[in-house]
Amino acid sequence: MDLSVINPILLIAALMSAATPILLAATGELVVERAGVLNLGVEGMMILGAICGFAIAVETGSPLTGFVAAAIGGAMLSLLFALLTQVALANQVASGLALTLFGLGLSALLGQRYVGVKPPRMGDMNFGPLADIPVLGPILFSHDPILYLGIALVAAVWATLKYTRVGLILRAVGENHDAAHALGYKVVRIRTLAIMFGGACAGMGGAYISLIRVPQWTEGMTAGVGWIALALVVFASWKPWRVLLGAYLFGGITQLQLNLQGAGVAIPVEYLAMSPYIITIVVLVILSADKSAAPGSLGRTFHASH
Amino acid sequence: MIWLEKRPQPSRFFAYITPLLAVLATFLFGGLLFAALGKDPVQSIITIFWEPLFGEFAFYYRPQLLIKGAPLVLIAIGLSLGFKAGIWNIGAEGQYIMGALFGAGVGLAFYPAESVLIFPAMVMAGALGGWLWAMIPAFLKVRFGTNEILVSLMLVYVAEQFLASMSLGLLKNPEGFGFPGSRNLQQYDSAHNAEIIAGTGMHWGVVAALIAVIFAYVLLARHRLGFAVRVTGEAPRAARFAGVNPGRLVLFCLGTSGMLAGLAGLFEVAGPAGQVSIDFNVGYGFTAIIVAFLGRLHPIGIVLAGLLMALTYIGGDIAQSQLGLPAAAIQVFQGMLLFFLLALDLFTNYRLRLGRAETA
Repeated sequence: MDLSVINPILLIAALMSAATPILLAATGELVVERAGVLNLGVEGMMILGAICGFAIAVETGSPLTGFVAAAIGGAMLSLLFALLTQVALANQVASGLALTLFGLGLSALLGQRYVGVKPPRMGDMNFGPLADIPVLGPILFSHDPILYLGIALVAAVWATLKYTRVGLILRAVGENHDAAHALGYKVVRIRTLAIMFGGACAGMGGAYISLIRVPQWTEGMTAGVGWIALALVVFASWKPWRVLLGAYLFGGITQLQLNLQGAGVAIPVEYLAMSPYIITIVVLVILSADKSAAPGSLGRTFHASH
Repeated sequence: MIWLEKRPQPSRFFAYITPLLAVLATFLFGGLLFAALGKDPVQSIITIFWEPLFGEFAFYYRPQLLIKGAPLVLIAIGLSLGFKAGIWNIGAEGQYIMGALFGAGVGLAFYPAESVLIFPAMVMAGALGGWLWAMIPAFLKVRFGTNEILVSLMLVYVAEQFLASMSLGLLKNPEGFGFPGSRNLQQYDSAHNAEIIAGTGMHWGVVAALIAVIFAYVLLARHRLGFAVRVTGEAPRAARFAGVNPGRLVLFCLGTSGMLAGLAGLFEVAGPAGQVSIDFNVGYGFTAIIVAFLGRLHPIGIVLAGLLMALTYIGGDIAQSQLGLPAAAIQVFQGMLLFFLLALDLFTNYRLRLGRAETA
């Protein structure tokens, strides 16, 4: 065992990359939940985004087009969820599970021709001399554009929820859909848009795994990241900046256990690979005492009948 | 304008008819999917749903219906109790794996001793393994209010890693020339979950599934605990007034479903699968969720839904070898079924009305 092979600067740089899929998906889900909808289909939307992004990136040769396709793919799948829960008034838990099962199947079907294919690489952002600063350069200025987009997204969601009228309406719908309806807001329409935003974010998160993190396509490659993203929203008490913090925490654990595997620590690989899931559970336990931050109408079906 | 009016009482007619409508809709859209994949839709549907039952090689496929249906029904029965009460155990796959590991572990520990007591001990251990794994989310929910959906699901990934570690380590066949996977339990008489009547597919898992169905039916229809389950799902506040202890109900529902999933895992690993290997689990724990919903969370419905799902697995295999239909297409087909079921359920609780809505 040789722990000195773990370079702390590279570790921090890598954990930002490891955190990005979780960050994108969790930020999207945060918006959905703030609108009062619990979409458990994050895993399904992510994996569909992973294959849509991968396939389009391979076909067009442009990773950026791939990411756009992934966002569209995730949003289309989430539209199915919106149809089920907002129009057909189906149970949100069951519909979310259905979305995940369906997404896993559909992605496997779409991805058959892409197993073993190498996707085009997405170049890193060019910050010129900034990237040459010791320590800070590799950590802050040597990443791909999507990673920065993820951080910008958190800031944008935070500012929108806190300072804008749109954010206020979204929160009103999530806190009390009957009151929001009485005020004349279109609850179903707002929620549908929020669900699609969540789907697009999850799709991009999935594509980040298949195009940048891994980069290749294998069936079921998201391996529970969507579920960790769901847990992260609870962990973050539905607050955007805490999502960022949480995502980096989980990214750090994932990356650290990979590095420990590489360094040949005496702990078997399987037990290291379990650790992100176990830590998710532990964090959930510690934080589940406080549910006061949850949106008031979370998970409840809205029907303007009374 | 079309609008929805909430029914004062859920429609019994639609509650029974929606699964059938959902199956028909899935045939239609599944057919379109198969056509999009360049396969003859009618031929595909016939291959999947007719061949295994009445085709030339039906004598071979019919027993498979029991072999694949039993674990699905066994798991789904347990899940349905929780789902009825609004307790969401979606980690049955993990409990299934742990049941198999515990059960197979006990069996392998006795190798090569022969005794009639070994198999019953394995069954007990399998049930215990699944139960213990489900008790983690149950205990955390009761004690700390942790979300059981996320915990039970996270534990699936933990169980999968544990399975990998076991089949490469502790339970690895010492005479297996270094290949991963345990000894084959089919070749170890005392531990083999053999067919009770040869050639029928009837093994002890099928018997256990039937017992579970009867047990669940009686529980829900006649027992106080079944009443507590139903009333908690339909009206949680009323349940509290009726003296239902929510914590105990969580422990009961999760514990029972974990136990049944563990049993399903044990019967599978000691019978049809034969050995503990990295990927002996094929996702029954997740498909059972579809089975539970398709069966309307009702024991008899679950039996029918389990057999139908088993049929899609078997038919899917045939279609894969004969028509080159990808295995994933069947997964999509199963997911579609759940979608249509959930969507069509609208008509159970709501009525379509034409004309102007007076509210809104």
